[in-house]
Amino acid sequence: MFTRRQALIGVVAASLLAALPPMTAAMAGEIDLSALPRERIALVAPPFVHAHEQVATTGPRVIEYTMTIEEKTVVIDDEGTTLQGMTFNGSIPGPMMVVHQGDYVELTLVNPETNSLPHNIDFHAATGGLGGGALTLINPGEQTTLRFKATRSGTFVYHCAPEGAMIPWHVVSGMSGTIMVLPRDGLKDENGKPLRYEKVFYVGENDFYIPRDEAGNFISYESPGDSYADTLPVMRGLIPTHVVFNGAKGALTGDNAMTSRVGETVLIVHSQANRDTRPHLIGGHGDYVWEEGKFDNPPMKDLETWFIRGGSAGAALYTFLQPGIYAYVNHNLIEAVELGATAHFVVEGEWDDDLMKQVAAPGPIPVN
Amino acid sequence: MPWHIAETAAGGVAAVALSIAALATHGSDRIADAVTAPPTVVIEATRLAFPEPGEFLLDGRPMPAPVRSADVPTFAIMTHQVGLADYGRCVAAGRCTAADAAAPRSARAVPVTGVSHFDAVAYAAWLGEVTGARWRLPSALEAAVMAGERFSAETFSDAADDPKNPAVAWIRRYRDEGAARRPVDPDPKPFGTYGINALGVADFGGNVWEWTSTCYVRVGLDTDRVTERSRTENCRVHVLEGRHRAIMSDFVRDGRSGGCAVGTPPDNLGFRLVREPGRPLLARLTHRAAALFGR
Repeated sequence: MFTRRQALIGVVAASLLAALPPMTAAMAGEIDLSALPRERIALVAPPFVHAHEQVATTGPRVIEYTMTIEEKTVVIDDEGTTLQGMTFNGSIPGPMMVVHQGDYVELTLVNPETNSLPHNIDFHAATGGLGGGALTLINPGEQTTLRFKATRSGTFVYHCAPEGAMIPWHVVSGMSGTIMVLPRDGLKDENGKPLRYEKVFYVGENDFYIPRDEAGNFISYESPGDSYADTLPVMRGLIPTHVVFNGAKGALTGDNAMTSRVGETVLIVHSQANRDTRPHLIGGHGDYVWEEGKFDNPPMKDLETWFIRGGSAGAALYTFLQPGIYAYVNHNLIEAVELGATAHFVVEGEWDDDLMKQVAAPGPIPVN
Repeated sequence: MPWHIAETAAGGVAAVALSIAALATHGSDRIADAVTAPPTVVIEATRLAFPEPGEFLLDGRPMPAPVRSADVPTFAIMTHQVGLADYGRCVAAGRCTAADAAAPRSARAVPVTGVSHFDAVAYAAWLGEVTGARWRLPSALEAAVMAGERFSAETFSDAADDPKNPAVAWIRRYRDEGAARRPVDPDPKPFGTYGINALGVADFGGNVWEWTSTCYVRVGLDTDRVTERSRTENCRVHVLEGRHRAIMSDFVRDGRSGGCAVGTPPDNLGFRLVREPGRPLLARLTHRAAALFGR
């Protein structure tokens, strides 16, 4: 019997064959990296980011990562709506990697037998080979290792980009993440003065397109393949049913709200692999913002809202000045409130009456 | 959900039924047919120390609501929240707007959800006409009484909060609400899922918050923290009681989208009604009795 899954794999198998010749490394001039130090770093699930140096204390290194692709059913809102998720390392978004400019990134990508689809990875930070996509296409039961040189500093999206219509489908099923390539001497302001952060949070934004039944209820599917045919027309409508941070509505609120304190400087990296967005910290600002995420450009200052182009990641540095509960939103407020793009910061510390004070509490309008 | 008055179990309701029967000494069968109503629980008259819902301020600083001792006369309130099927009858009669409730995953009867304050008031009016009784939303005070041991109100803690730093209260409230939130499962549950409280009221404090007739108030307090300097009432916004207290604009049907940028919103908005023993019932019965005797 010819199943949809076989059809999907069949198409990709052909392109995999086409991609095979360049996979033999001997064809290219071998680079000897044996003199470079290597470090193997374990990735952590967003919004957290693995420990890293802001200023490199060594020369270029080879940084080894492993990511296992996991197809799984994920709940994406508080109504129990499910997505046939495709994930890098089990999380939506995939984990954030941090290296320094000039480092080599050596990623082992694993597609376990338990998955149903071929996958690959396209690093916007990488040069050539469709960002690595042409060299990393693997079927279930396979793994591959890609090395690329991080030549440009900045925050860059990575995503799955297997073939044709599979590309947007895999991306809106959750397969995207970010790599941050720091300048070796760290972040700087427009005058070259060092900028440092005490905490970094990675907020990945996703747009989901969940089909509905005739009664208007979201449909749950058994497998990614089962969901594909219904999902495609919803995707083509370009109106997401969900726009969320960290994979689900409310994923960064309540017990999972991000935390800080007055006086602490936080770097917020925001990615959107598919669609434009506009982060805004309600009651706060972007002190220094690399809207396009590329650290060789001077940061913009004092922003109220910053624009993240679809297919990019940006970074905003902010020092909290006032305690409270801050909502961090996509300032298309319909998307923030109705579709899910809201996160919270819980910030403790001393209130500054100079910055804000309620001079007259709300009360009746005086009559003379 | 059972409707017929004969199915009501609570003793107090039986008394009401008796009085109806007593009034309708002639043609009682026909009267009983006309006077159908959902089961209610009679809440005995009580005196309650009650922190009034709203925002209380002293020189601009949020204060705990003054706890006032309030007399609550006896009242009869629906044992269960209004059901989806019950509400559907009002919709079928053209008197209510279809609820925004999703199709229930349970085959058993569930409470109506996705209803605004306007919807609740419209249903009460319609139910009054078809049952011959007068129905209304409970006040927040009545809701507090019928909630019994499950009443939570607000958790403003004067001691824990810092009047010089409003963020302390914001953060505490945010964390309290988060802690109060059970694992997310807003799918309306069959009647009885959340059990019956000590007063016999079913399902209060589950995943359906209940509209009340109490308006939102903002009160300026004097330095004694009790005497009111000012009071502004906004009756386009009403109080809901449930696992925690919520304040919503009257037109909101989905609590999750009706909240502010921060805070934990209610899972679902629904309601239950108080049955008034008042005049309309008597008038209607008198009218019917007169009709029976050909006046």
